[in-house]
Amino acid sequence: MESNIASLEARRLELWYGRFQALRDISMVIPRNRITAIIGPSGCGKSSLLRCFNRMNDLIPGAIVKGEVLFNGRNIYAAGVDPTEVRYRIGMVFQKPNPFPKSIFENVAFGLKVNGITDNLEEAVEQALHRAALWDEVKDRLLKSAMELSGGQQQRLCIARALALKPEVILMDEPCSALDPVATLKVEDLMRNLAEEYAIIIVTHNMQQAARVSDMAAFMMMQEDRAGALVEYGPTSQLFTNPKDKRTEDYITGRFG
Amino acid sequence: MLSGQLNPQEFPVGESFSSLRRIRQWSRLREAVINRLLFACALVSIFTTIGIVVMLVAQTVGFFSKVSPLEFFTGTKWTPLFQPQHFGVLPLVGGTLLTAGIAILIALPIGLASAVYLSEYARDKVRRVVKPSLEILAGIPTVVYGYFALTFVTPVLRNVFPNMIVFNALSAGLVMGVMIIPMVSSLSEDAMVAVPRSLRDAAYGLGATRLEVATRVVMPAAVSGIVAACILALSRAVGETMIVAIAAGSTPKLTLNPLESIQTMTAYIVQISLGETPHGTVEYYTIFAVGLLLFIMTLLMNLFSQWFVRRYREKY
Repeated sequence: MESNIASLEARRLELWYGRFQALRDISMVIPRNRITAIIGPSGCGKSSLLRCFNRMNDLIPGAIVKGEVLFNGRNIYAAGVDPTEVRYRIGMVFQKPNPFPKSIFENVAFGLKVNGITDNLEEAVEQALHRAALWDEVKDRLLKSAMELSGGQQQRLCIARALALKPEVILMDEPCSALDPVATLKVEDLMRNLAEEYAIIIVTHNMQQAARVSDMAAFMMMQEDRAGALVEYGPTSQLFTNPKDKRTEDYITGRFG
Repeated sequence: MLSGQLNPQEFPVGESFSSLRRIRQWSRLREAVINRLLFACALVSIFTTIGIVVMLVAQTVGFFSKVSPLEFFTGTKWTPLFQPQHFGVLPLVGGTLLTAGIAILIALPIGLASAVYLSEYARDKVRRVVKPSLEILAGIPTVVYGYFALTFVTPVLRNVFPNMIVFNALSAGLVMGVMIIPMVSSLSEDAMVAVPRSLRDAAYGLGATRLEVATRVVMPAAVSGIVAACILALSRAVGETMIVAIAAGSTPKLTLNPLESIQTMTAYIVQISLGETPHGTVEYYTIFAVGLLLFIMTLLMNLFSQWFVRRYREKY
């Protein structure tokens, strides 16, 4: 598959919460059909950066984004762009599984319904559950509450919910941090399969996970004024075996963080 | 008890241990006294409730020895003060439900809309001002609402409905609706705010708009609290006395026409309690039967709302 085509591109991206600068001068190209991991110590702005990619930060009062995020060549922060459309085409999976207190079916159908896609709802739901490798476990209880599923199943349901909208990019914010090792491996397997069709960006504090699943890795750090900045970005193998920046090496070898 | 499990060897000097034990004994005694004192306070309200129920039931039994329950519950005429006497309670129940119904028709949409606005749309600053202001509505004495209904709302409404009676169910119901708006909005908003941020994030992440997040995620997740708020408001409206006594009239009538004069159960009880009806007569006993029925109605509503909250409470 063609991997050189940019899916998302951040250009001189800055994020401010009121007068506090949370992200400084971030420029990076996210390739298609690859998994890009964002790693770094707590508080370095990994999640904030991720939320810039689908305009989730818009929902935080006082948050201001400067710079550009190009999605298929178009700046998602340009005037006239509807943030709900951005979020519909760039899916997101959160740190803690957050299924709606509704049935399994309604969870997956939710995004389709609010976006007015109601033709062949059942088929679309089934397809999304298949892709999230959850169908066999839930096919007999689609109308049961999603809250009855295990944590790992709930997280895969949240992935299915995002997949149902056929997004082009999937953002994952520490998707395995609330899961046990077995469930984590299942989600990681799933990510590898999904990368054949989507661009995936994953925020993780687990370096083994980043090394295991990602193709590209970005290392972020907090600067003196607590603004997060990109220290190094490149192919995962290179970043982990031959880091260019001393700080990256220190972090990866466990000297801090 | 904790002090019983303490190992004396853990205390280095015998003397300080014995003084420590004295302090412990003293504080244990104090705890026991406080415990009983608080229990006694809790008993006061329980005994009051039991006393009221016993009194209502005893007097009602006396009433039903003179009037058949069949007439009371199915009769459509309520004229205990006139000859021929009729003891059908339905006109009073109808008047109560009519005014309470109008009130909830007003309070439900406005209260829910305010709750959605406050929890999903309003900025923090706006919310900090608007929420307490709304709650002030609940602090206005009901007698003020009563003459507001009679001297302001009724004249205004009579411009629209010229054949409306001066004392009518509509004005009283409308004003009562305004009175219970803060109950609906404040309690519903509390329930909506308690819906975790992560559920909203999930919905926004799927491309939902603010309104869709409010109506399809937050409100369903908060439904137990919202229904409880509405039932509490409804039972408040059913039990409300001053507004209906002043503005709704004192003509027991089984009607659905809000422009007519009616009488509610509460207003009837006020009328008899303040009037010169001699004690011990059937007329006098009526207020206990009506009072007990009112008590049962609000009790059932509260029980239903408690059941509903338990049944539909969401575990996030």
